[in-house]
Amino acid sequence: MAVVQDVHGHHDHHPSGIMRWVTTTNHKDIGTMYLWFSFAMFLVGGFLAMGIRAELFMPGIQILEPELFNSFTTLHGLIMVFGAIMPAFVGLANWQVPMMIGAPDMAFARMNNWSFWLLPVAGALLISSFFVPGGAAAGGWTFYPPLSAQGGLGVDMMIFAIHILGASSIMGAINIITTILNMRAPGMTLMKMPMFVWTWLITAYLLVLVMPVLAGTVTMLLTDRHFGTSFFNAAGGGDPVLFQHVFWFFGHPEVYIMILPAFGVVSEIIPTFSRKPLFGYSSMVYATASIAILSCVVWAHHMFTAGMPAVGQLFFMYATMLIAVPTGVKVFNWTATMWRGSMTFETPMLFSIGFVFLFVIGGFSGVVCAIVPIDIQVQDTYYVIAHFHYVLVSGALFAIFAAVYYWLPKWAGRMYDEKLGKMHFWLSMIFFNVAFFVQHFLGLAGMPRRIPDYSLQFADFNMISSIGAFGFGLTQLLFLYIVIKCIRSGEKATDKPWEGGSTLEWTLPSPAPYHSFETPPVIK
Amino acid sequence: MSSKSVVALLGSATLAFYSSMAFSSKYNFPEPQSSIAQDIYDQHILALWICLAIFIGVFGVMFYSIVKHRKSVGYKAANFHHSTLVEIVWTTIPLLILVAMAYPATKTVIAMKDTSEADITIKATGYQWMWGYDYLQGEGEGISFYSKLSTPLAQVANKEPKGENYLLEVDNNMVVPVGKKIRVITTANDVLHAWWVPAFGVKQDAIPGFIRDVWFTAERPGIFRGQCAELCGKDHGFMPIVVEVLEQEKYAQWVADKQKASAAVVTTAAVGN
Repeated sequence: MAVVQDVHGHHDHHPSGIMRWVTTTNHKDIGTMYLWFSFAMFLVGGFLAMGIRAELFMPGIQILEPELFNSFTTLHGLIMVFGAIMPAFVGLANWQVPMMIGAPDMAFARMNNWSFWLLPVAGALLISSFFVPGGAAAGGWTFYPPLSAQGGLGVDMMIFAIHILGASSIMGAINIITTILNMRAPGMTLMKMPMFVWTWLITAYLLVLVMPVLAGTVTMLLTDRHFGTSFFNAAGGGDPVLFQHVFWFFGHPEVYIMILPAFGVVSEIIPTFSRKPLFGYSSMVYATASIAILSCVVWAHHMFTAGMPAVGQLFFMYATMLIAVPTGVKVFNWTATMWRGSMTFETPMLFSIGFVFLFVIGGFSGVVCAIVPIDIQVQDTYYVIAHFHYVLVSGALFAIFAAVYYWLPKWAGRMYDEKLGKMHFWLSMIFFNVAFFVQHFLGLAGMPRRIPDYSLQFADFNMISSIGAFGFGLTQLLFLYIVIKCIRSGEKATDKPWEGGSTLEWTLPSPAPYHSFETPPVIK
Repeated sequence: MSSKSVVALLGSATLAFYSSMAFSSKYNFPEPQSSIAQDIYDQHILALWICLAIFIGVFGVMFYSIVKHRKSVGYKAANFHHSTLVEIVWTTIPLLILVAMAYPATKTVIAMKDTSEADITIKATGYQWMWGYDYLQGEGEGISFYSKLSTPLAQVANKEPKGENYLLEVDNNMVVPVGKKIRVITTANDVLHAWWVPAFGVKQDAIPGFIRDVWFTAERPGIFRGQCAELCGKDHGFMPIVVEVLEQEKYAQWVADKQKASAAVVTTAAVGN
């Protein structure tokens, strides 16, 4: 055993400076890089969102010409989905999965380094595409052909970036699956794993299932653009709607890839701050698994207006509505966890409650969208924009904030400023709703999405929405300040800063040692 | 009750108030002008009421708990963590609610798909960036024209004050008679577009190389406006759809005028040759 310890001690002499980060194989260093990268991308995507909302502040074209406006919406979507939300969750997994299952590191340490360092390349490709002739891709983040066949070099750069991001995601997912299945501490059976680990295990399987489909889709688009194939070109015997089917076969599980780990985070935090075990642990696991399975058979609900037989529409409507059942089970379980607990409301708990509250509103509008006749009206309108921002911003993003506040004491060894954290929550909560709630009305009243200018009846709600968006954007700089302040000068954190914390990471010192668990803990 | 819970309650009250406003026109679908649009309107209202009831139920419990079961008031945590009966109940009830919502929706889907026995068939073709209309069958057969945004560019560039129907006006309206079943066939010339008139509850993608169809029967005369609903490039926001519904006699007059005009064009062309 002494020998083993020695070897581990030797590993700690890692290079310093920039080479530490370039060559690192340590799950914590890589997790940190994932999180900072995703935050940087979040600011870029946020900047694009501010541009969109500034143009939509008043009717008429003021600052963004229509083509550039389309590039802004396209890149906002791509950067937020692939650059901000997904890497942030992988970063959380890198930090937390080994610590929560009692392992020293991730299973494939070198591949872990590679899957991170692919990301800045893809990010740079996406951002620099604004400056090439023809500008960045402008066909929407869903890049439906034939429109996406029309763009210039920017579209090819986007395709290449998606290939790289897909490769990174697949490697990250394989790493997470292998780590969870092989490196759990003795005694930690599958049904004793923390919920965050469970949700990530299921998410990782979804990633491995659908990212190759996306890679195939963009490859077909690439060969259509440059090598004379006609997969999506009717004139050559192809079908533009085929693209939508394969894209959404990836795209719908993708939305659950972005929300399942959020469910996991919230399922850790609510019990901790309720000082009470999670209600219905096994039904939570089954609900997560059934959401993942159902998510693979509902893709065409994104295409109700593309035209399909009544039987097809009905099948996809029923399957989609069915997802509300396991999702409801989760919400009820969280509520039951809080019921008769002994709650306190630190920032992670506030963001988690905010998550449940607003995610449910997003879930309601999801059920409304699932009903085919209603969807025919709201498809491609601001109603849909409101719906998916309720599940992605107040869903996924709020959960990421909650997770950062929750685990920052463990990562940095220091506490964040509770007062500022609460301020961050309340400002985010208010501005988010100002920005997005009114978009439901815009959509119902008939404002299509992806338009740079609108008729006068939509003017007042757009202005309200823009004001909310600017406020929300500014508020996130406060988050940056809070995190930096915590790392630099926060109060020393105890090993277990949260009274109700029950998972393995709280048994480690704060900050957590470089190789989390050198001797595996034994789970009874 | 602490100030935080007051804030939370006020927040949810505001939200509820906001949601209730959804029942007046500006916050909801435009007034339905066809039976399908009416069905959609009613189902949406039904869905909203169901959502509101669930919302109040779930968050009533949650906020009660947030107010009462907090450490600061000295509440001691219980230790229960599952109950099979409760879990079966809250899996079954949502399932039943969903069936209740799916039943009327299914009937409407089947009705929406029935494009048979149309009185008039019109082909709508999406172009970058305008619509083309060809009257293929029924009264007006043979009429064919393009329909382009008529809002002056100066209004878009903020150099002139914006008109009442800013961005929702075209040079040639699509004209149909009241009370007749109109079948619209959609296709496109270049990229995807979508033909959408909210008042009729009709939205259908226009796909190059393929045709799709939808139908509507306008219940009263008037002018109804919609927009392209599928991103189609630079001027996606500038290709509106305007449908003018006329009384039967006026429609017959419109058809006669159109046909006379096109005959004149043909004659002039022939004379010119």
